[in-house]
Amino acid sequence: MKLWEYIIYRFLLALVVIFFVITIVFFISHVIPSNPAALWAGAHPTPEQIERAKEELHLDKPVIVQFYYYLDGLLHGDLGTSIRTHNPVAEDIASAFTATLELIIVAELFAVLIGIILGVYSAVKKNTWVDNLSRIFAISGVSLPAFWFGMILQLLFFKQLGWLPLSGRVDTVVMLEHPLHVITGLYILDSLLTGNWAILQNATWHIILPAATLAMYPVGLITRQVRSMMIEVLQENYIRTAKAYGVPDWMIYMKYALKNAIAPALIVVGLSLAYTLVGAFLVEIIFNWPGLGRYATYAILSMDYPAIIGVVIVAASAYVFINLAVDLIQMYLDPRIRL
Amino acid sequence: MKKDEIIRVLKIMVRNKLSLTGIIIIIALIFTAIFAPFLAPYPEQAEGEPNLEEKLQPPSSTHWFGTDYMGRDVLSRVIYGARISLLVAVSVVALGLLIGVPLGLLAGYKGGAVDAIIMRTTDIFLSFPPLLLALLISVTLGRGLENAIIALGVSWWPWYTRLIRGMAISLKEKPYVEVAKSMGISNWKIIGRHILPNAISPVIVQGTMDMGSAILEASALSFLGLGVQPPTADWGLMVSQGKDYLLNYWWYPTFPGLAIFITVIAFNLVGDTLREILDPRLRRRFL
Repeated sequence: MKLWEYIIYRFLLALVVIFFVITIVFFISHVIPSNPAALWAGAHPTPEQIERAKEELHLDKPVIVQFYYYLDGLLHGDLGTSIRTHNPVAEDIASAFTATLELIIVAELFAVLIGIILGVYSAVKKNTWVDNLSRIFAISGVSLPAFWFGMILQLLFFKQLGWLPLSGRVDTVVMLEHPLHVITGLYILDSLLTGNWAILQNATWHIILPAATLAMYPVGLITRQVRSMMIEVLQENYIRTAKAYGVPDWMIYMKYALKNAIAPALIVVGLSLAYTLVGAFLVEIIFNWPGLGRYATYAILSMDYPAIIGVVIVAASAYVFINLAVDLIQMYLDPRIRL
Repeated sequence: MKKDEIIRVLKIMVRNKLSLTGIIIIIALIFTAIFAPFLAPYPEQAEGEPNLEEKLQPPSSTHWFGTDYMGRDVLSRVIYGARISLLVAVSVVALGLLIGVPLGLLAGYKGGAVDAIIMRTTDIFLSFPPLLLALLISVTLGRGLENAIIALGVSWWPWYTRLIRGMAISLKEKPYVEVAKSMGISNWKIIGRHILPNAISPVIVQGTMDMGSAILEASALSFLGLGVQPPTADWGLMVSQGKDYLLNYWWYPTFPGLAIFITVIAFNLVGDTLREILDPRLRRRFL
C-alpha cells in the first residue's frame, strides 16, 4: 500500500468509527428509561403538552425514523436541541468547547515543560535518588484521582494560602467592569489580543489550578517517555564523540540529545491530549469550569439525551482525529512503522 | 512463562525498593479488606449506621480520620472501602479477560474474515475516549456497583483481545500445533490445550497491572454518582459526598481520596517495574 493510500484508508476508517459511535450512542441513549418529553414540556406539564413535546422531538415515531432525522440534522450541523437548556446543542457545545480547549492547551503546556525538564534530568542522573524521585513523581501523576487532587490544590492554594481563586473561569465583577471582546473564545488569548489586562490577569489566575490538576497525568507520561528516549540517545556514538571533543554537558543534553528525544515525547503529548479531553470532565466539575465536561455531567444527570449524544460525538470525533493525526505524524517521523 | 523465569522476575521485583513498596501496600490492602470488621474501630458505622451526635468531627484520638456528615467514623469507612475497591479491580479485569481472551484467541487462530470483524470491532471500541464509554453504559444500565463493573469491563476487553491475538498468531505457526492439526485434533481442543496455556501469562500480567487503572476509573464513576450507592462505604463516593464539605471539613474528602491514590500508585509501582523487566510487547498502555 502506498503512503497516500494508507492515509485515505485510515481517514475512511476514522469516518466509519465515528458513524458507529453515533449509532451506538444514539441507540444506547434511547434505551435509557426516562421521559424526555415531560422534561421538555417544563414543570408540571399537562398530558396535551407532553403529547405536543413528543411530536416536536419526533418521539412519537419509531426509533429508526428518529435516527434518520438525527443523521439528517447532523449533516447540517444540527445536533438537536438540549432538553435542559432549550438551546441548540451545537451552540452549547461550541461555547463549552473553547473553554475546555483553553484548559487543555494550558495543561499540556505545563506538562510538556515539566515533563521534558524532569525526563532529561532523570535520564542524565539515571539510577540516582533524583531519578527515583522523578519516577515516583511520574507514577504519582498517572495514579492521582484528578477530582481529588483538584480539591487538595483548592484546599492548599485557596483556603490555606489564599493565593489563587477557588473556581470558575473569570470573576464576574471583573468581566462586567472590563468586558471582553471575544475573538477565539480562549479568554487568555483574546484578552492578550485586545489588550484587556484585567481579564488577562484574572483568567490566568483562574486557570492555574485546574490546568495543573489536569497536567499531572500527561506530566507522568511525558517524563517517562523523555527519560527512556534520552537514555537510549545518550548511548549513541555521536554523543560519546561530542563528549570526547569536550562539548559542555548541558549543550550535549539540551542540543544534541534532546533533539532526538523530543519527537517521541510529542507523540505522547498527542496521545495524552485525547486523554486529557476526558480528564477535563472530572476537573471541570471540581473547578466549576464552564466547559464540555461540566455540560456533559449536567446533561447526564438530567437525562438530556440530545446533549449527551452531542457531547459524546464531539468528544469521540476529536479523540479519533487526534489519534489519527498522531499516528500519521509518527509514521512520517519514523519510517520504520510504515507499512 | 516458565517457573524459573517467574522466580527471576520476582527476585528483581523484591530487590527494587519501589516495586517492593508497591507489593507491601497491595498485601496490606488485601489484609485490610479481609479483616475489615476486626480492624475498623466502628464497624457498624462503616456499614452505614448514622451517629448524628458526632457530625463532622475533626480527626481526634477517638476518630483518627474524623467523622462524616452523618457522624460516621471516616477511618472505619475507609477500611471497609478497601473491600469494594479490590472487588471492583478484580471483577473489572476478570470481565475484561472473559470477553477479551476468547475473542482474541478466535481472531488470531482463525484469521481471515473472523479476524477482520473482531479486530475492527476492537478498533471501534478503542476509539471511544476511555471512561466515556463506561460512563455511557452505566447511564444506560442505571446506577450501582454491578452496573459500574459491567460498564468498565465492557470498555476494557479490547486491550486483551489485541494482546492475545498477537500471541495466538505466533503460536499457531509452532510445529506442535501443526502436528496436532495434522493428527486431526479439533480446533477447540488445540486452542484450549496448546494455544491458551502458552498465550495466557502475559495477558494475566497485563491484567494485574491494569487493576490500578480499574480502581481509578471506578472511583471516577462513583464520584459522578454512577457507581456504588450510599450507604455503602466506597472511596470514590466518599470523596464525592465530601466535596461540598471540603473547605470547612477537609478530612472528610481527603482521607478516602488518599486511599485511592495510595492503592493505585501501589499497583502502578509494581506494574511499572514489571513492564521494564518483561517483554516490550507489553508496553502498550501507560495510558
